[in-house]
Amino acid sequence: MNIPDELQYTKTHEWVKKINGNEVSIGITDHAQHQLQDIVYVELPSIGRELKMGAPCAVVESVKAAYDIYAPLSGKVTKINQELRESPQLINEDPYGKGWFLHIEISNPNELADILSPGQYRAASESE
Amino acid sequence: MKKTPLYESHLKYHAKMVSFHNYLMPIQYDSIINEHLLVRKNAGIFDISHMGKFEISGDDALSFVQQVITNDAASLSEKQALYSPLCNEKGGIIDDIIVYKMNRNTFLFIVNCANTEKDLVWLTEQAKPYRSMKLKNVTDEMSIIALQGPSALQMLKNTLETDFKYLKRFCFDDFFLDDLSMIISRTGYTGEDGVEILVDATYALRLWDLFLKKNEAKGLRPVGLGARNTLRLEACFLLYGNDMDETVTPLETLIDWTVKFDKDSFVGKESLLEQKAGGVKHKIIGFEMLDQGIPRHDYPVMKKGEKIGKVTSGTFNPTTRKGIGLARVTAQHAMAGEEIQIQIRDNYHEARIVKTPFYKRESKK
Repeated sequence: MNIPDELQYTKTHEWVKKINGNEVSIGITDHAQHQLQDIVYVELPSIGRELKMGAPCAVVESVKAAYDIYAPLSGKVTKINQELRESPQLINEDPYGKGWFLHIEISNPNELADILSPGQYRAASESE
Repeated sequence: MKKTPLYESHLKYHAKMVSFHNYLMPIQYDSIINEHLLVRKNAGIFDISHMGKFEISGDDALSFVQQVITNDAASLSEKQALYSPLCNEKGGIIDDIIVYKMNRNTFLFIVNCANTEKDLVWLTEQAKPYRSMKLKNVTDEMSIIALQGPSALQMLKNTLETDFKYLKRFCFDDFFLDDLSMIISRTGYTGEDGVEILVDATYALRLWDLFLKKNEAKGLRPVGLGARNTLRLEACFLLYGNDMDETVTPLETLIDWTVKFDKDSFVGKESLLEQKAGGVKHKIIGFEMLDQGIPRHDYPVMKKGEKIGKVTSGTFNPTTRKGIGLARVTAQHAMAGEEIQIQIRDNYHEARIVKTPFYKRESKK
């Protein structure tokens, strides 16, 4: 399982990367993209939307079905990955790089304490 | 949870196994897109042993079959098959099945896995007035392997050293490979040329392995239920439980041609005649998305802000890389070319009703 050390995670298989100040980048993990396979469509929120930790914020679709992606942290959407519209397969090909979903300006830094370290995420997904 | 005789082989091919109506079945081995395209371009092999199978035999077999199906089995030759709904008294579809005429007084029904128990209860009840007839559930005794794709007949020949091109569509024949007996049937659920092979469950793995061994170099791979669904949808074959159920009659679907009113009697005839005279209120149509949205079962179908129906089946079509689907809409809107919208979560996505099927293989002379 590819779980980069420099990221943080959620039990629902999203990753979080600190960019600068209160801004984070998010996406889905290698484990998640592998489970979904064949990602063919992504629906992202609009810039400026307020997200609530744990609430659905995006949808990815494989050939078979649609799946909700949950906001790992609360905050405002500042940027979305427009490339996913034309090339949703980037999520399969490069989940931690070109397959990023969006940036959030987090509104409650205390929530950072609730997300998982790489070790905790590994333990959580292996016991699934 | 039940397993088919090919279960171990699915694991060997790294299948992702899912629970499918009480069976552990392979949903995909590689990717659904690759498996779909493989069947369109070359050939794939499917385990469909989970399908229900009933043997109907005896002097009354034909009259019984004629009574429970809406299609006409009287015109079938021996070793010929047909597709038909089973309807209830109201004309609602209990199941859609393939009827094989094995010989003068023996028929085999291949039914949907999800409906096996229900059908058995229904057919047992319907069989009561027929004295000289036996209905037997042979589901567990028989496996079915489907070999589908433009190269399927060639691969079949490579494996069995016999050319089955003489079999017309919906015809079948017995075949023996040493001690291994099987039925080769030119049928399928993919819209592609190919065969379905009925074989004793104890020999299924041997035959499956043989096909893969003899044709792996030619590209043959196992294909899962995920691609089976996208293939059937692209070819516009209906799926029971999605596109039809007991609240829907064959006249409201794409299979109105399977109702043969010329027959003396069959269950549901009166109701269906009445519906035919009054006209149907709903129709199943095929549509194509005009943007990137992917339609799914139960999504609302809209026209000028009004709901005109529901998506019954939808998917991303690997061949055209567009969303396609079947929907049940009010009959007045069931016209090719009509612009509609599909509600996907909170948004309306543009779509157009198109002629079905979405895919038709080129017929070879």
